[in-house]
Amino acid sequence: MKVKESKFISGNEAVAYGAITAGCRFFAGYPISPSSEIAENMSYLLPKYGGKFIQMEDEIASIGAAIGASIAGKKSMTATSGPGFSLKQENLGFACMAEIPLVVVDVMRGGPSTGAPTSPAQADILQSRWGTHGDHPIIVIAPTMVQEIFFEVIRAFNLAERFRNPVVLLIDEINGHMRAKVDIVDESEVEIWHRPKPENPVGWKTPYKRNEELVPLMPDFGDGARFNITGLDHSETGFPTGDPKVRQQLHYYLRDKIEKNKDKMIKSEYLNTEDAEIMVIAYGSTARSAMRAVEVLRSEGVKVGLFRPITLYPVPEKEIFEVCENVKKIVVPEMNLGQYVLEVERITKGKIPISKVNRTDGEPITPEQIIEAIKD
Amino acid sequence: MMAETKEKKHEIVIIEKNCKGCEICVEFCPTNTLGMHMGKCVVVDLDKCIGCKMCEIRCPDFAIFVDNPYAENFKKNK
Amino acid sequence: MARKDIDYSKYLRLEYIPHIWCPGCGHGSIMKSIIRAVDELNLDKDKTVLVSGIGCSSRIVGYMDFNTLHTTHGRALAFATGIKLARPELNVIVASGDGDATAIGGNHFIHACRRNIDITLIVFNNFIYGMTGGQYSPTTPVGSYASTSPYGNIDPSFNICRLAEAAGATYVARANVYSIAQADNFIKKGIQNKGFSVIEVITHCPTYYGRKNKLKTPADNLRWQKEVSVSIHRAKKMTPEELEGKIITGEFVNKSEEEYTEKYERLIIEKAQGKI
Ligand SMILES: Cc1ncc(C[n+]2csc(CCOP(=O)(O)OP(=O)(O)O)c2C)c(N)n1
Ligand code: SF4
Ligand code: SF4
Ligand code: SF4
Repeated sequence: MKVKESKFISGNEAVAYGAITAGCRFFAGYPISPSSEIAENMSYLLPKYGGKFIQMEDEIASIGAAIGASIAGKKSMTATSGPGFSLKQENLGFACMAEIPLVVVDVMRGGPSTGAPTSPAQADILQSRWGTHGDHPIIVIAPTMVQEIFFEVIRAFNLAERFRNPVVLLIDEINGHMRAKVDIVDESEVEIWHRPKPENPVGWKTPYKRNEELVPLMPDFGDGARFNITGLDHSETGFPTGDPKVRQQLHYYLRDKIEKNKDKMIKSEYLNTEDAEIMVIAYGSTARSAMRAVEVLRSEGVKVGLFRPITLYPVPEKEIFEVCENVKKIVVPEMNLGQYVLEVERITKGKIPISKVNRTDGEPITPEQIIEAIKD
Repeated sequence: MMAETKEKKHEIVIIEKNCKGCEICVEFCPTNTLGMHMGKCVVVDLDKCIGCKMCEIRCPDFAIFVDNPYAENFKKNK
Repeated sequence: MARKDIDYSKYLRLEYIPHIWCPGCGHGSIMKSIIRAVDELNLDKDKTVLVSGIGCSSRIVGYMDFNTLHTTHGRALAFATGIKLARPELNVIVASGDGDATAIGGNHFIHACRRNIDITLIVFNNFIYGMTGGQYSPTTPVGSYASTSPYGNIDPSFNICRLAEAAGATYVARANVYSIAQADNFIKKGIQNKGFSVIEVITHCPTYYGRKNKLKTPADNLRWQKEVSVSIHRAKKMTPEELEGKIITGEFVNKSEEEYTEKYERLIIEKAQGKI
């Protein structure tokens, strides 16, 4: 891979650079700590590439504008933190329902409410999955390292485009503000996906006709198709329908689009898992402490491994099941009071004891805390 | 005698399936050309019509057209 | 007076007509007015986008043969802003109810005015929330009845055009369904204006507002509009007391100022790319 330039930048800046490489050409946002550097960097970078940045009047408008730009054919992104993420939920659901590609970055901070604006947390895990109302499809990615953020943003865009679905990228105050050397690469060096469209958009009347991956072949607005997009239950034509069969089928499609393609969405990292008797499951910035804990204990001869889901949703169920099959204990550290651990409990069906390591005091979980839980 | 000096009659097309019987056309027709029958707009006396098209403009439902060659398009849809 | 024969069907998705609006609902008349305006301007349907929020009025997008987008309640202008910025060559029109535009969408409304982005907003002001069953809205007149003001409304109402003017819209006009031909002209001029245009059309909801406020038939509602309306020219000669309870129609703003996407191109893109 040819590196275009190496920069010493923060995770938030890496989001912006990754988005540009992915082909993002529209960003709408509203300032909020600890995410504002993403908007600041996008306002600087986008016009250089002929893209557009706009600071909207609030987060609801920001995601609305981003969806609008996506409907008009631009790869779009918005970024925020907890309170703003809450405000975005209704329109996030619209994008899920209407199947509009979109990347939403949530740089997590403490909650509920205003909580701790400048302290890290992993407070929005369940919200990222179930924040908007109704059964809906969503993809959630939670990278750990700053360099990884750069590439995961590109992957987020690729998944959003390929599956015409919003992708939520979760980082937090730690890896969002942490600075590290990041290799920036051009789009020619990475795989880039574009949204499925009909070969000839002119006169296309079935924007929800699906390809073999169950993704709608939808033209962009202005390309000669003149179709309808709505958040109401709709048929293949994009028009509202009251037909129970069509409505039910639509909801199945939305579910199955993720279910049937989840192997193309799931990405995880395994560290010393083969012979492990104790399994740590950690994601996002907490995984750094977990890596350290595993390293220290391995040097002491403790058979501990780390499973790090990079895609949180769809949940890597098979992967978690397999990696935990032969362990005596599971340790799940999270900067919340126990959110993703619910998935681990569900998958392991309570057969393996789980030790939770949680804190919401605004301080990161330390390797020592994880070591203690492993030894306990 | 009057009939001989009168211009050619106006053509009023009522798309019955579109008419919701709101009576707006009837109430605002300046010449009482229109009336209601069984909840739908009907022409009562075509001779009175002066072709002002107020009914066509006011009808919220694409249900009445006056001397409009495109009225037929509304008969086609189901 | 002979009017041009117009082929309304050219701009409609005929398979969805008749529309869902109640008998005599003014929304249908506004849709026809939009068609006449668009027809006169000969807008390219493929390059025209119609965006709406949620409400009875917002259902208009299903019927019109453009690129149509039915968004969330109050947010149409935000979506439309994204579309216009992404593809400035598109004609972007937004249809909104009074609740959609000035209650839940009030913030987006004033900010779109402020930016002067080339979008034409048509507000279907029926003084009530039609879709949810006739609750009072930010434009319900004081003393009127609604399903949530059984004792009469005490909330002062917004003057949508004055609000738009104060917030910076460059074309602002008000018409009513009774004199609907005037709306054709305002909508046409609004679309022609390179900037943010607001056309408020006073309409009626006979089903809820009318029934609760002694305007029994659709025709009663139209007659009421005629009674309370005063042209902007006549209003200038009237005292505040005389104007009490009146609705002024006409053009409030018609000025030319640099449009947002053009400004973005000229002052941001060119600067960022080192051209200036
Ligand atoms: C977030 C949200 N809140 C409330 C509603 C319910 N709702 C639907 S339409 C509407 C009001 C519609 O009134 P208006 O915008 O004046 O349009 P009209 O129906 O009168 O044309 C409301 C409150 C909704 N759909 N979404
Ligand atoms: S065209 Fe005028 S006179 Fe004739 S029916 Fe219609 S409203 Fe009446
Ligand atoms: S105005 Fe239209 S819908 Fe109403 S009664 Fe007349 S023809 Fe029928
Ligand atoms: S409820 Fe009122 S606004 Fe809605 S369609 Fe009926 S008359 Fe029109």
